[in-house]
Amino acid sequence: MSDAVAVLIVMTLGTYALKSAGPLVLGARSLPVRVQGLVDLLPAALLAALTLVSTVGAGSSISVDARLVGVVVAGIALWRRAPFVVVVLVAAVTTALVRLLL
Amino acid sequence: MIRRQAASIVAAVAPFGIVFGASAATAGFTLLEAIGFSTLIFGGSSQFAAAEILGDGGSIASAAIAGLLLNVRSLAFGVIMAPALTGALWQRAAMSQLMIDESTAVGTSTTDLALRRYGYLCAGIGVFLVWNITTVVGHLVLSDAGDLISDLGLDAAGPAAFLALLWPRLRQRPQLRVALAGAVIALVLVPIAPPGVPILAAIAGVLVAGRQTSAVLDGPGDE
Repeated sequence: MSDAVAVLIVMTLGTYALKSAGPLVLGARSLPVRVQGLVDLLPAALLAALTLVSTVGAGSSISVDARLVGVVVAGIALWRRAPFVVVVLVAAVTTALVRLLL
Repeated sequence: MIRRQAASIVAAVAPFGIVFGASAATAGFTLLEAIGFSTLIFGGSSQFAAAEILGDGGSIASAAIAGLLLNVRSLAFGVIMAPALTGALWQRAAMSQLMIDESTAVGTSTTDLALRRYGYLCAGIGVFLVWNITTVVGHLVLSDAGDLISDLGLDAAGPAAFLALLWPRLRQRPQLRVALAGAVIALVLVPIAPPGVPILAAIAGVLVAGRQTSAVLDGPGDE
């Protein structure tokens, strides 16, 4: 079994449990406020870490390269309220251009 | 109205599906594995995170845990949507698989329970179809890409996608603080911890949030 399949099995079962708990088990009850607060915040921490690590991470070291320029330009595109597809495209094109020029 | 809303949200998913297919290929997933992720897990950012961590040499545990943590919010969505998703056990079980940001965002845009269910199902089924088709497209187009991924700058597409998912949350102060803390924790740990662990450790960032009001559904901007 490949690593991907192992992760797939664990995530499928766990994700389905999370998705279905409301409709199948909880019914009309709601979550405690403190739990709800943590649930709201988790994605911000994880997504920020993923953004940064996939921008400058290279295995177990940090590598500042063309990707960083691409992601900074993506940030500017987001700030200018560009749609998702534009954000991803400018990041890729910018990174490719920086590699071509350097 | 609710159908138009659902349609625009479904269309917005397409490019992200292509990027996921491409990252899955980059991470060494077979086409079947990539499709498995998109049908069985069906949770955009979590699939992405798992592919990223595995592709980086992270362990099965760190990839799966990071992915699952990103899906904890589905629990909250389920609680919010439950009153509109009534029916026989098999119906509730099937509808639960569609519990993602998009379906919940469209579903909660109205107060009428029947309309909520309709909007949830339109968006959920639409995103499910588009997400899976574009996963296949992304994987097929980029599976043999190798150097092409770096030449075309596609390795920057993943981080740009994460940033785009994060962006709408940064308008709220507590979210911004948590994001900054998470980013710093992860960055410090990259050179000393095994791949994947820095991402998991970033959840400690929620400790700096302070008090905050609940706002799970401040927009459809995730997945």
